[in-house]
Amino acid sequence: MSETYTLYNSTVMEHFMNPRNMGDLKDADGVGEVGAAACGDIMKISLKIKDGRIEDARFKTFGCGSAIASSSMATELIKGRTIDEAMSFSNQEVVDALGGLPPVKIHCSVLAEEALKAALEDYVKRNPSAAAKVATTDSVAA
Amino acid sequence: MRQVFLDHQSSTPVLPEVFEAMRPYFTEYFGNASSLHQHGLRVRDALKRARQQMAALIGAESEEEIYFTSDGTESSNLAIKGAAYANERKGKHLVISATEHPSVMNSLEFLEKQGWTCTRVGVTPQGMIRLDELEAAITPQTVLVAVHHVNHDIGTIQPMREVGQICATKNVPLYVDCEASAGWLPIDVKEWGAAMVSFSPHRFYGPKGVGVLYRNRKARIVSVIHGGVQEGGRRAGTENIPAIVGGGVAAEIAQERLSQRVAHVAPLQKRLWEGLKLNVPYIQLNGPEPGPNRISTNLNLSTEFIEGEGQLLLCDMNGISVASGSSCVSKSLKISHVLGAIGLDHALAQGNIIMTLGEANTEADIDYVVETFAKIASKLRGMSPMWDEFEHGVIDSVIAPTGRGKSFSQHAAEVSGKSAH
Repeated sequence: MSETYTLYNSTVMEHFMNPRNMGDLKDADGVGEVGAAACGDIMKISLKIKDGRIEDARFKTFGCGSAIASSSMATELIKGRTIDEAMSFSNQEVVDALGGLPPVKIHCSVLAEEALKAALEDYVKRNPSAAAKVATTDSVAA
Repeated sequence: MRQVFLDHQSSTPVLPEVFEAMRPYFTEYFGNASSLHQHGLRVRDALKRARQQMAALIGAESEEEIYFTSDGTESSNLAIKGAAYANERKGKHLVISATEHPSVMNSLEFLEKQGWTCTRVGVTPQGMIRLDELEAAITPQTVLVAVHHVNHDIGTIQPMREVGQICATKNVPLYVDCEASAGWLPIDVKEWGAAMVSFSPHRFYGPKGVGVLYRNRKARIVSVIHGGVQEGGRRAGTENIPAIVGGGVAAEIAQERLSQRVAHVAPLQKRLWEGLKLNVPYIQLNGPEPGPNRISTNLNLSTEFIEGEGQLLLCDMNGISVASGSSCVSKSLKISHVLGAIGLDHALAQGNIIMTLGEANTEADIDYVVETFAKIASKLRGMSPMWDEFEHGVIDSVIAPTGRGKSFSQHAAEVSGKSAH
C-alpha cells in the first residue's frame, strides 16, 4: 500500500502518535482522575499552578486514540491560562483544535474537560484562599 | 515497513486462480441465470458447478441443498427468520448460544419483538456451550437451535457432534454458522445432523458478495427476500454469478489445501502466542489454548492496563492489521458480547485485540509482530495511569494478582462515579 489511510484526521493521529505533555508532575498543585462510564476510559491530569495561572500540565490516559489525542490537546490548550479561564474550559475547544472528532468519540473530549476540572477542584480544595478568590471573581462575573 | 495482515477473520485476498475463474463472468458470460436463451443456460451450468463445489466442502449429499445469498449475514437471516416463519404454527421458541455472531443475535432480537421467545444458552469461561443447559432449554415449542461451529472472536470450537446428538434426540432442527470455520476446519453436515449450515467464501480466499446456505431437504424455511423464483424460491434476486463461480473455485481449493493450510498456520499460532507471553508481561489469551479446542487461525488477547483501540492503531501504524473487541472500537461503545458472555473482566475486555492468521503469514512476520507488539504495549503503558497505579500498588492485576490494591473495575467505578458495563 503506497498511501496511508487513517482512522482519525492527521491532527488527531499526530497527537496520538506523539502526545504532548504526557506524564506526571512532581509536586503537582492539583491532580484530577476521571473515568468515562460510557466506555471505561480513564484520564488523569496534573497541574502546576503559580500566581493563579496554570504553569504546566501533564496527562496520563487509559483509552483509545482519540482519548489520548484529546488529553494531549487539552493540556496544550490550558497551559498559561488563569484558573478562572480554565474553569470555563469547554470540550468544544479540544474538538475544534483537533479539527473535529467522529461523533461517537466526542465523549473523549468531554473526559478531558472533566479531568481538567477535577484537577482544578483538587487545587482549590488544597488552597482554600485561591478558592475564595475564584468564588469572588465568579460572583463579579455573575 | 513490513506489512503483516493479521485480520483474516475479517476477510482474505482472492486467490489468482479464483480471480481468473471469475473474470469471463463479468464480460463474456454476463447472462442472467433466469434467462432461457444461450446466455442464461451457460451461467446456469456454472451455478450448478459452484453448488457442487460448495456441497463437497461441507459433505452435503446434493448440490440441490445449496442456496446462494449475498453473504454470511444474509444466510444467517434466512436460516433464522426463514425457519421461524415457516414453523410458526408448530411453536415460537428458538434456542441459541450466548456467543453467536451479531447476524444471529440480532435476527433473534428482531423476532422477539414480534412475539417469538428465545433462550440464550450460556458458555464456559473458554466459550464452550453448556450442553446440559442446551438440552434443558429445548421445549416442545422450539423450532430451531442455532449454535456456531467456531466463535468469530475467541476461536472456540464447539462440540458439534454432541450438540447435533441433543438436537436429534429432541427432534429439533439445528442451524450451524460456519462463517469462522469453513475452509479451515473439516465440516460434515451429515455427521452433525445439521438442518442448515452457512458460510462465506471470502473467509477462505474467495470473493465477497456471495454467501452460502446449506439446507437439508427436510428442513422447512420460507424466503425472507421476495421477488422472482431464484434459488428454489427461497431467495429472490439475480444471482451474483462471478462471485458464485469464484466462491466455488475457492471452496474446491480450500478442500484440497485444508490440511496444508492448517499445517502452516498452527505452528505460527503457537509461535505468536508463546512469543507474546514471553515478551509482554500481563497478557492473557482468551478462549482455549491452541490445540484441539481452538481454531488454528485465531488468537484473542487481553493486554492489561492499556486499551485495545490504541493497540490496534499503533499496530496499524507499524504495518500490522489486527481487530479488537474493545468498547472503544465499537460504534455502540460496548465491549464484544462474546467477551461479556465468557465473563471476562471489563478491564481485560477493554484491552482486547484479535489476531487471525492466514496463508501468507511467515515466521519472520510473527517475530516482527512479537517484537513490535512488546514495544507498543510498553509505549501505551507509559501513557496509562492504570499501569502507574498498578506499579504503586493502588490497583491490582487481574491476570496475575499480587494481593495489593483494589480491582481495576472498582477503581474505574470510583473515578467515573458509575460501574462500567
